[in-house]
Amino acid sequence: MSTDIQHNATSSAPADDVLISVRNLHVWFELKKWGFSHVGWVRAVDNVNFDLKRGEAIAIVGESGCGKSSLMKTLLLLNRPHKGQVIFEGKDISHLTGKELKAYRSQIGYVQQDPYGALPPFMPIHRILEEPLIINGIKDKQEREERIRNAMQEVALTPVEDFLNKYPHMLSGGQQQRVVIARAMILEPKLLVADEPVSMLDASVRVEILRLLRKLQEQYNLSVMYITHDLSTVRFFSERIFVMYAGKLVEQTHIVELLHNPLHPYTKALLTGTSVPDAANAKHLKKVPPGEPPSLVKPPPGCRFHPRCEHFMAGKCDAEEPPHFEPIPGHIVNCWLYEGNRVSYPELEAEV
Amino acid sequence: MNETTLLHVEDLVLYFKTSRGLVQAVDHVSFDLHKNKAVVILGESGCGKSSMAKAILRLLPRNVGRYEGRVFIDDLDIMTLSDEDFRKQVRWVKISMVPQAAMNALNPVLRAGDQVAEPAMIHLGLKKEDALDLAREMFQRVGVPVDFLTRYPFELSGGMRQRVAIAMALITKPQLIVLDEPTSALDLLTQANIMNVLKTIKWETGTSYILITHDIATSSELADEVAVMYAGQIIEVNDAEHFFEKPLHPYSQKLMASVPKLYGTEEPDFIPGRPPSLLNPPSGCRFADRCHLRFDKCSQEPPTFIVDGHPVKCWLYEKEASATLSPANKGEVS
Repeated sequence: MSTDIQHNATSSAPADDVLISVRNLHVWFELKKWGFSHVGWVRAVDNVNFDLKRGEAIAIVGESGCGKSSLMKTLLLLNRPHKGQVIFEGKDISHLTGKELKAYRSQIGYVQQDPYGALPPFMPIHRILEEPLIINGIKDKQEREERIRNAMQEVALTPVEDFLNKYPHMLSGGQQQRVVIARAMILEPKLLVADEPVSMLDASVRVEILRLLRKLQEQYNLSVMYITHDLSTVRFFSERIFVMYAGKLVEQTHIVELLHNPLHPYTKALLTGTSVPDAANAKHLKKVPPGEPPSLVKPPPGCRFHPRCEHFMAGKCDAEEPPHFEPIPGHIVNCWLYEGNRVSYPELEAEV
Repeated sequence: MNETTLLHVEDLVLYFKTSRGLVQAVDHVSFDLHKNKAVVILGESGCGKSSMAKAILRLLPRNVGRYEGRVFIDDLDIMTLSDEDFRKQVRWVKISMVPQAAMNALNPVLRAGDQVAEPAMIHLGLKKEDALDLAREMFQRVGVPVDFLTRYPFELSGGMRQRVAIAMALITKPQLIVLDEPTSALDLLTQANIMNVLKTIKWETGTSYILITHDIATSSELADEVAVMYAGQIIEVNDAEHFFEKPLHPYSQKLMASVPKLYGTEEPDFIPGRPPSLLNPPSGCRFADRCHLRFDKCSQEPPTFIVDGHPVKCWLYEKEASATLSPANKGEVS
């Protein structure tokens, strides 16, 4: 099942179909006392490497505080990387400013978690969708009108006239999320970043929104970063999945492979922790690793999962950080249990 | 009502007054809960499930338009009690509640231990030292280290604060705990942990639960029985074995089909449309507009049919029903 997986992990230069490459990325936030004296760093994202191809959907799964949102915000350049490279279409974008930054951001759509919080309450839908067009210099009113209508039809907010003059609070949660998606799509981005797009929605609406996102992805050959904590929604959306724990990617593979052959002990815990509706669940306790995710200010040495891991090997797991191993082609895991075939991500040469 | 029945709710009604008319948040709801069992109230947002919990505990806002029905706990008709008697005899003594987002509702300037001890001092009349001893015991039961007794809420993680809120509900040893979305804001592993705690408490202390949630998968961790609510009404009550296998009501079936399964390959489904407004709900079946099995009769309000001992409010079961609770005089078996 893993033979069909292609990945560019070991190739030194990104292939043409790679949209975004992340190399050695560190996102650290400075902790200050009284506003100026340095006390430490919050290591939200620590040494993350991956490539995202055009038209590919990657899911990032992890618990809150594992750095998945920080990673995503760095791709949107809402945070600057502390160290490392983010290469978008062969260009290092980590230091963009001004016009270049605006041009870069217009190529990325962002779907927020809480649709109501993401929409300005005092703007009608028409204005909400027009704003990005105005900001990005589409001066022709006729064209703007047309694009707003197209975007709304795309997300099935029809009949369009009924919605144009409504305010966000007049819409249901699912409709609000459609407006957010329309806004993200209106500049025809190459990459869509969806941060838990369905976690605030009711069960009956969730699937509808996921299907909509998938339709858009296929139709426009969009690359998608889908961030979630819910493993059960992942398989209907993305091909590859990354598991993140305490600022690190601990496992990267194809979704079907991950579900049937999870390697990292943390991934296994996540899979057993996910409930499937079944009356038998009530009769026994779930096996859950003890403790809680570590502080990102002083993460444990070695593997960050070792204090909670049942396969803990003293002198190994707590001494040295596990590198990327590839025990099965296309299945990368950062765990000493699978020591062997190492994967390296050389730095990429990019235009700055 | 028989010996094992702990809570009996009959025709509970809670309407709210608004400037646009009465909102029928809880509309003639009836169900039974047996001792040491957990009933899950399942429904989408706005279906009235939290209002129902509040109606049972009489935690009412000011704009109540209509509030009636009969609620018995251990044969005590709690709807006839005065507010003061209700507070003394029922609230936290017999029934306690872990409200929605309880972990964010802890008082930020009081130590966690003092907050947990407070209900014991007020409702059981314990001295502070004894109450704190009891709080220590509860902390151990819910899996919070006892040295957290002297910590403030902001020093605890979300999962720990949720456990503290559960400890607070447990301390007076009530027979029934109402849990309103106890894990919805928590992470997956924390969620599994809290569910383990709730299960252990149920097995060890014989407590009963009403679990209010929209999360079908997680609800199966605790459910003995499932009651599905839609637009202010309970449309199906079923035991967990049957419900998670083969729900009766078309809405329940659609709801189950919308749950993405971890290992299943079939595509989850969704329900088109949205629930009706509770201001002027349709006169017939409230789900009819979204129902794929709709037929002529659905324009009339369905009575509650008893199918294999399980109440279901749908015309499809008219023929196979063993008994009918008519909507006109709800509660009367004909």
